[in-house]
Amino acid sequence: MAEKVLMKGNEAIAEAAIRAGCRHYFGYPITPQTELAAYMAKRMPKIGGVFLQAESEIAAINMVYGVSAAGKRVMTSSSSPGVSLKQEGISYIAGADLPALIVNVERGGPGLGGIQPSQSDYFQATKGGGHGDYHLIVLTPASVQEMADLTALAFDLSDKYRLPSMLLADGTIGQMMEPVVLPEESCGTVEKPWAVTGTQMKRKHNIVNSLYLVPEELEKTNFERFERYKEIEANEARCEEFMTSDADVVVVAFGIAARVSKNAVVAAREQGIKAGLIRPITVWPFPKKAIEEAAKHVKGFVCAELSMGQMIEDVRLACGCSKPVLGAIRVGGMIPTPEEVLAKIKEAEGGNA
Amino acid sequence: MVVFEKPKSLTDAQFHYCPGCTHGIIHRLVAEAIDETGVEGRAVGVAPVGCAVMAYNYFACDMVEAAHGRAPAVATGLKRAMPENIVFTYQGDGDLASIGMAETVHSAARNENITVIFVNNAIYGMTGGQMAPTSLPGQVTQTSPYGRDVKTAGYPIKICEILAALDGPEYIARVAVNNVKNVRNAKKVIKKAFENQIEGKGFSLVEVVSSCPTNWGMTPVKALEWVEEKMIPYYPLGVYKDRSAQEVEA
Amino acid sequence: MTTQILIAGFGGQGVLFAGKFLAYKGLLENKQLSWLPSYGPEMRGGTANCSVILSDEPVGSPIVSKPDVLIAMNLPSLDKYENDVVPGGMIFAESSLISRKVARDDVKVFYVPATELANSIGAPTLANMVMTGKLIRECAAISDENIEAALKKVVSARHADLLEVNLKAINTGLGYED
Repeated sequence: MAEKVLMKGNEAIAEAAIRAGCRHYFGYPITPQTELAAYMAKRMPKIGGVFLQAESEIAAINMVYGVSAAGKRVMTSSSSPGVSLKQEGISYIAGADLPALIVNVERGGPGLGGIQPSQSDYFQATKGGGHGDYHLIVLTPASVQEMADLTALAFDLSDKYRLPSMLLADGTIGQMMEPVVLPEESCGTVEKPWAVTGTQMKRKHNIVNSLYLVPEELEKTNFERFERYKEIEANEARCEEFMTSDADVVVVAFGIAARVSKNAVVAAREQGIKAGLIRPITVWPFPKKAIEEAAKHVKGFVCAELSMGQMIEDVRLACGCSKPVLGAIRVGGMIPTPEEVLAKIKEAEGGNA
Repeated sequence: MVVFEKPKSLTDAQFHYCPGCTHGIIHRLVAEAIDETGVEGRAVGVAPVGCAVMAYNYFACDMVEAAHGRAPAVATGLKRAMPENIVFTYQGDGDLASIGMAETVHSAARNENITVIFVNNAIYGMTGGQMAPTSLPGQVTQTSPYGRDVKTAGYPIKICEILAALDGPEYIARVAVNNVKNVRNAKKVIKKAFENQIEGKGFSLVEVVSSCPTNWGMTPVKALEWVEEKMIPYYPLGVYKDRSAQEVEA
Repeated sequence: MTTQILIAGFGGQGVLFAGKFLAYKGLLENKQLSWLPSYGPEMRGGTANCSVILSDEPVGSPIVSKPDVLIAMNLPSLDKYENDVVPGGMIFAESSLISRKVARDDVKVFYVPATELANSIGAPTLANMVMTGKLIRECAAISDENIEAALKKVVSARHADLLEVNLKAINTGLGYED
């Protein structure tokens, strides 16, 4: 078995990206994702890769667009305010059907907000973010091991389905250290015949573009893209279920909130309350099936989130509003405690929702 | 015997540009530079947002369409990903000197090994003739209907002068395409901007003082006269920076 | 078994470093673990803390809000966290800097003049490791094995000369009877 090492979550993303064949990183300094950029700055020059501190988040994401257009694996990372700035470029990348990895180590908002952990970019990440009809594959690591594993997966899915993927993490998972087994080296196997690598005078020119001035054509590209999205929704929704099969109350939480919620579920079980946890690993596509299944037997759901309850909407939709959905909510950099989640579990269990 | 033919680096697509617009000439000069330097197979162009947005249909090499002003950042990515390719951007004044100013200045400061073709016609053409960062003092546009008032709208931005002050860039020059002599010179300068990249020298920008008869409200001929009489005095032609030449002299 | 440790003190007292040492030691012992630093205003405001969880099972929340073990390196940290310690837990108080006694009688308390002890061995900055030594001595869940190996992991190669003095500081704590 590969060696376990102790790493910060942000560093694990960087190393995993390098092992996934990413040799181009563009970013702009912002807390709390700094370790990621620092790791890239140190490692990339030694392995023939490119680390470039761009003049802005906007420039960074457009450099990502350029490298991706050339057919290579590429990433950028930032935190909430910086990711807002990147939205223009993300929309263009999605509109040009390019793969790329965007990491958002979220902090509290809106505006300049704070520098402590948050999950309040959920809407931005899962419902679009920039202009136009598009989605990103959004992965939500809850451990340092997943920071590494989901980075590799994000590159693979992004290449496979030709859309940008996002690792939606938070400051806690980014800053914490845990043992991690780093993924094997790979560089993806997806052919990219669309890439602008130079025609070598052997083919017609490739064009990477998101402009379609003929409405019928633009509509067609949107329809085609959403066919792909359907496929992604069918195949790539992921979650971890913990003690859900007989649960009366299911907590839905991802990232650091899921870690806290697991403690609450264990505590509830110790007190004789049948609680369970659905931990989305992808929030787009959202693991609707797991929620649907749980809705058949639970009295209610509890969304534990570091936002004002942004995910509650998706849980309500997934269960067809058939069950009450409570929120165990902390924002601004605060994290719900297991006791707070437990109190909500009890509330949902008692039917007080 | 063919004495005049279309450059290989232009496709058969018909230009959509207005009668008298000089984009067509500049496209041709760029295509000739690509042909003559023999890099057709490894050229990658970046189209802007603006009148030249569909340049990707006209150049026969691989092309990327960038967001407004971001072409130098996209070109940076393309060049860093495949340094053996010859990467150029083709941008207008709103794109390069207004919304994309940061990308322009910083790619120049990094001496990014790319070629930037900057078409300055002192107006936003595609959106219907609004004031550009390079519109002249007093110039009437849709958004400066009483003439550009420098007290409220500020002064035009002279890109070559700004960039030449940086240590970074290799080559900064301004040309015009309003008469045969100037076109011939523009061709030489644009070709040099490509050669610089091929030789690995770094960032080369050629500003091409251009015309927009439609939005200037002039006949094509009158517009070319306006270039000569108004534009060139404000935007003097010449080589503003040529590091290699300066090093040779030194 | 799970041991939740909270180490708190002034920024610069090596709170995060001590936590990292325990984390690496746990790694060498094939434990499940997490190490989480506080970051944000507290870091700037003078107190730093880190949560270390060592367990035989996967670690749930990495945030230690109810510590089994509190290492309080200064008075504000004791004031802030004393009442969070679980009944039957342990408090290690840096008694060179904390003059008051722990008010609770349902926890085991160890008063360690760590700064004085560190001074006495000529390592004034290593009160953190003296405390860590004392922790190892008193806390059954943390063995006295792999100390040097863990130190080698956490002391970067660049500072290899500091290995010995860190070891000495830990041993001082290990040998301290309060």
